[in-house]
Amino acid sequence: MSDARAIGQSGEAGFGDYVALLKPRVMSLVVFTALVGVLVAPGQVHPFVAMTSILFIALGAGASGALNMWWDADIDVIMKRTANRPIPAGKVQPGEALGFGLALSGIAVVMLALATNLLAAGLLAFTIFFYAVVYSMWLKRSTPQNIVIGGAAGAFPPMIGWAAVTGDVSLESALMFMLIFMWTPPHFWALALFMNEDYSKAGVPMLTVTHGKKATRNHILVYTIALIPFAIGAGFTSIGGPVYLVVSAVLNAGFLWGAWRIWKRDEVQAEADKYAVEKQVFKFSLLYLFLHFGAFLAEAALKPYGFGGW
Amino acid sequence: MSFREEHELHKRRFGRNFGLGLVLVAFVALVFGLTVVKVMNVGQVQGFDHAVRPELVPQEKVAKP
Repeated sequence: MSDARAIGQSGEAGFGDYVALLKPRVMSLVVFTALVGVLVAPGQVHPFVAMTSILFIALGAGASGALNMWWDADIDVIMKRTANRPIPAGKVQPGEALGFGLALSGIAVVMLALATNLLAAGLLAFTIFFYAVVYSMWLKRSTPQNIVIGGAAGAFPPMIGWAAVTGDVSLESALMFMLIFMWTPPHFWALALFMNEDYSKAGVPMLTVTHGKKATRNHILVYTIALIPFAIGAGFTSIGGPVYLVVSAVLNAGFLWGAWRIWKRDEVQAEADKYAVEKQVFKFSLLYLFLHFGAFLAEAALKPYGFGGW
Repeated sequence: MSFREEHELHKRRFGRNFGLGLVLVAFVALVFGLTVVKVMNVGQVQGFDHAVRPELVPQEKVAKP
């Protein structure tokens, strides 16, 4: 065996491994929701500043993802879904991921402050802290409500985008926050229903593990019902309008129907069709969020032509 | 003079260094662009340059002839 091969086997990271530390799939959702926050906010901001803001909001989210991977490396190696992440795969050393995450967090927050304002940067810093410390280090392994409170971290990007333009927090940005915050539990619990084994093995107290699947089905229905007023309510603010309301009504009816179907089923039925309904609802929940924010965007785009908004 | 055989590891290192280089160049371009935008958006900027410039004096303080 040559020396080079021996080093190669020690798992030297490639560029892509560092990109993977940033959780690019989560980042794409952050980019989209932050972009909507920037575009629907009242006021003008230079397109270059807008682009820079979104980039650094996404970078901050990615940095918190790297910190999460550093902290969770011990359970990521156990779960099938996460076993190929750079740290459990042996490509990136835990210390490297920590340094990478901390450095990028600092760069993202400082650059957002320089590009926009201190409120937006402060919210981004709080989001990183919330995801890395409150969710990853504290809640994730200690309570089955981990997803509920931890969901706040994913809900901040549109609020940060809004703050980057207006320098303020408003009812509209709070409702965009609540839309993602209330959507997260039913979305993740639908996933947990058919990924239960992974969480059980890792000892993560997901609701499915601690309270069973029947309780999780009840929770999905209750949280979906609780989500509806926020989703519909946003339609009556300055970022909503008739288009948004129609889209939201259809999506909420669909999501509620899906949650109802999940609630009515038991494990025997679910195992018989390999969790087909749960998988459908999980996929629909992604569409639900994407189209809600798409509708906000449509309202903002139609406004100059006299159609959007109220 | 002989060259060592290229190993997969060298390609990976090159990829990493090249990627990092691109990221740094993009970051410099971004900071430059941001600076240009910020400077252009503050409006007309004038300062004292050792010559009397009446347009810098607030209107109400201009002595009437």
